[in-house]
Amino acid sequence: MSSIIIVILITLGTLFVLLSAIGLVRMPDTYMRISVNTKAATLGVGLILVGTAVFFNDLSTTSRALVIILFVFLTAPVSAHLIGRASYFMGVKLWKGSVMDDLRGKYQRNSHVLKSEIDDTPQNNIDHTRNEDDIVK
Amino acid sequence: MTLTDYLYYIILPILAFSVLLIVYRFIKGPSIADKIIALDVLITTGIGIIGVYSIIHGRSTFLDTAMILALIAFLSTVAFSYYLEKRNRKK
Repeated sequence: MSSIIIVILITLGTLFVLLSAIGLVRMPDTYMRISVNTKAATLGVGLILVGTAVFFNDLSTTSRALVIILFVFLTAPVSAHLIGRASYFMGVKLWKGSVMDDLRGKYQRNSHVLKSEIDDTPQNNIDHTRNEDDIVK
Repeated sequence: MTLTDYLYYIILPILAFSVLLIVYRFIKGPSIADKIIALDVLITTGIGIIGVYSIIHGRSTFLDTAMILALIAFLSTVAFSYYLEKRNRKK
């Protein structure tokens, strides 16, 4: 009975990891890749570790697996936010099919200050919809 | 088919194939942010592979390695993004 539960959990986890890998290759944009991998890979690894905890059926192993799951679930959103913010500042372009960018023109390019509305010095703002040539490197 | 056979002949090849896909993105990745994401997901997939491996061999000690890998993945991503953000800041 417990082996059926283990098979179900690990198969689901492996499918989620495989889907996140396919999404990493197929998605057209850096931000979409961050979005895919934060959710799918974290859930897949969590399911695999729950299967491991069910297999060993032991307090020490279960607590170890739970600590790993807790740590991965806590740190994945933080690291995704940090790398997304850094890639926005680096000037990574949005996909051409993206419909809106809420931060357009609101981040200052040099001081990285976020303003609530577009001010009167647009040359200092980060705007990913302009041409490549306009951006001063 | 026992549980060990199922894990060894079906689950591990699928995980290895997904590692190959992630390595393709790691090598190709247009910007450096893509490479850092691919590295993060590569280590996360490695944690899953370690979990499956510990079931196959029946040794729960392997999970300690997975814990350390989770710590290192978070630290490396934070450090990379911190310095990438600092690099372009003029003042």
